[in-house]
Amino acid sequence: MSRRIQVNALSRIEGEGGLQLQFDAKGRVTRARFNIYEAPRFFEGFLLGRRYFDAPDFTARICGICPVAYQMSCVQAMEQALGLSVDEPLQTLRRLLYCGEWMESHALHVFMLHAPDFLGYKDGFEMAGDHPEMVRLGLQLKKLGNRLLASVGGREIHPVNVRVGGFYRTPLKKEMQDLREDFLRAVEDVQRAVRWIAGFPFPEYSRKYVFVSLSHPEEYPILRGQVLSSGGERIAVPDFEHWVKEHQVAHSTALQSELRGEENYLLGPMARFNLCRSQLTPLCREAAREAGIDQGTANPFKSILIRAIEILYACEEALRIIDGYERPEQPCVAFDPREGTGYGCTEAPRGLLYHGYSLDRDGTITWANIIPPTSQNQLAIEQDLREVAEANAGLESGKLRILIEQTLRNYDPCISCSTH
Amino acid sequence: MKKTKLAVWKFSSCDGCQLSLLDLEDELLEIAETVDISYFLEASSRLKRGPYDISIIEGSISTPHDIERITAIREKSKFLLAVGSCAVFGGVQALRNYTLPGEYQQVVYEHPEYLSSLDASSPVSAHVKTDLELRGCPPNKRQILEVLTACLNAKKPDLPSGSVCLECKRKGIVCVMVSKGIPCLGPVTHAGCGALCPAHDRGCYGCFGPKETPNTASLSAWISGKLGMSREDVLQSFRHINCYALEFCLESIKHEPKDSSERPEPD
Repeated sequence: MSRRIQVNALSRIEGEGGLQLQFDAKGRVTRARFNIYEAPRFFEGFLLGRRYFDAPDFTARICGICPVAYQMSCVQAMEQALGLSVDEPLQTLRRLLYCGEWMESHALHVFMLHAPDFLGYKDGFEMAGDHPEMVRLGLQLKKLGNRLLASVGGREIHPVNVRVGGFYRTPLKKEMQDLREDFLRAVEDVQRAVRWIAGFPFPEYSRKYVFVSLSHPEEYPILRGQVLSSGGERIAVPDFEHWVKEHQVAHSTALQSELRGEENYLLGPMARFNLCRSQLTPLCREAAREAGIDQGTANPFKSILIRAIEILYACEEALRIIDGYERPEQPCVAFDPREGTGYGCTEAPRGLLYHGYSLDRDGTITWANIIPPTSQNQLAIEQDLREVAEANAGLESGKLRILIEQTLRNYDPCISCSTH
Repeated sequence: MKKTKLAVWKFSSCDGCQLSLLDLEDELLEIAETVDISYFLEASSRLKRGPYDISIIEGSISTPHDIERITAIREKSKFLLAVGSCAVFGGVQALRNYTLPGEYQQVVYEHPEYLSSLDASSPVSAHVKTDLELRGCPPNKRQILEVLTACLNAKKPDLPSGSVCLECKRKGIVCVMVSKGIPCLGPVTHAGCGALCPAHDRGCYGCFGPKETPNTASLSAWISGKLGMSREDVLQSFRHINCYALEFCLESIKHEPKDSSERPEPD
């Protein structure tokens, strides 16, 4: 009888999905599926006919965990459509806001959702019994990320302060200074966490991925740059949709994507780290060296380490921006609506998030396209599920199932986003 | 004493309401010790069978399977708490309730026939009885904690009432509508956020849904008359995050172009 592994409802990930692996008599995997059955909400449908200013508040609702990513890719696309140039200090403030989101999203995944896999627990609550210090530390990092989101964005989930052209209100210098000490402490804390995670038992697995992330000559990618692939291709953001082909399959409500319609690719912390790690801070690079991944890594189980290093980066970057912060003179640049089309790409915690919009002369949306990271990662995830399952076909089914679920969590999939 | 069994369920949503619970960073581990987290797929792989003492519902009902699921959950839950705009009002995705069936499916999908989606996105209360509803997109995490604590102690939760406008006055924020001419839904929106938007120099966009007996007609007259908002923009202000909340739905319909055909109303 041929063997089958099926998980109907995946736990410790965001949103609704399952997985299915079918083996033949020789232990080869004949089918590896990441089933996404999250109900579609049709964002690109109901955005049509709305005014440009509703888009950042609406698209935030695609994801409660990474609303800032949606707001940032959205305002970037809108600003291009409207021919706006947003001043550097406001862009820097956006980067600061984004750091808060990387922290809370990564900390949730690293400490509460993924670490339990490596240490053999069913959840972070159970893990807290044996590792109280690290779970508490992780929750405090998450809390600090949230505090930063609330300080700059007005609210942790679905921030109210982001608008096309800038912000509604810029924070006072004192409000930013008040965060300083907690971030100084956090920089110390994350380094301890990285060392703890570096000691986890990592399953042996690697393959040659096509990594894709933004890349910018001056900084580790968050808000700007061109789209770079590990195959050496460099694409301007407006050409992204020609490069990435989306299609629908019956077993997923999230559209799948391939580069040029022919190969799968991987987005997220692994891609950013492998493509852009030289732009990390010295402390982050030292942490990577100690953890043995300073030359890059193609083992997706080590993505948890990279997320922890990115938390460290977000803390240091937040501190740098807080220390140089002077309240901008205007919270927003002035403009009038006009007809146009624009594109935006930013690095969500889970990877590159693309938005494209067309506006008519009143600023009403006539076309919208949103391509989230998890939907783009689907095919790479399915290939990993297939290969890890095949390499470990000798394990008994219960253990194999746990390993396969852990493999899927390597990508911190956000299914609500992927379907939207 | 047996611990209270808590379950958390997701329907059509952004995950933000469940995250609000996980955002109680200082209390989370204590909550996990105090109650038996019996089913919380986003946070734990430990899944226990019902019945459950408290079920928290996030998300709107938007597929045929959702209807089966929410019915089954109701049957095995003593206390059912609907949390957030999707569960309480149908969410922003209820904007499709104002269009022709399948209109948006074709915009997004090449093969709409693969999907199993209801024509309308509806609140939990349209299908089963809810014991309490917590508004907000997202809900205020302190209010979730208050409801949980109240349930454990068998007392009535202390939740805010009145409008965002009142919260704003209490905080001493200068009215953005009067002083700056910025349209604001604060007078008709339920309290609970702490007047976040006016505190950030913008008008409230109603993410906590309508307050009790809101005077939406008066607000419409103000923002269209004194502030010169177009008919379409007034319509869209009410047909927003909580577009399917009864009072906002009815007000939005008043501003539809005159020749438009009948539109569905919430149950």
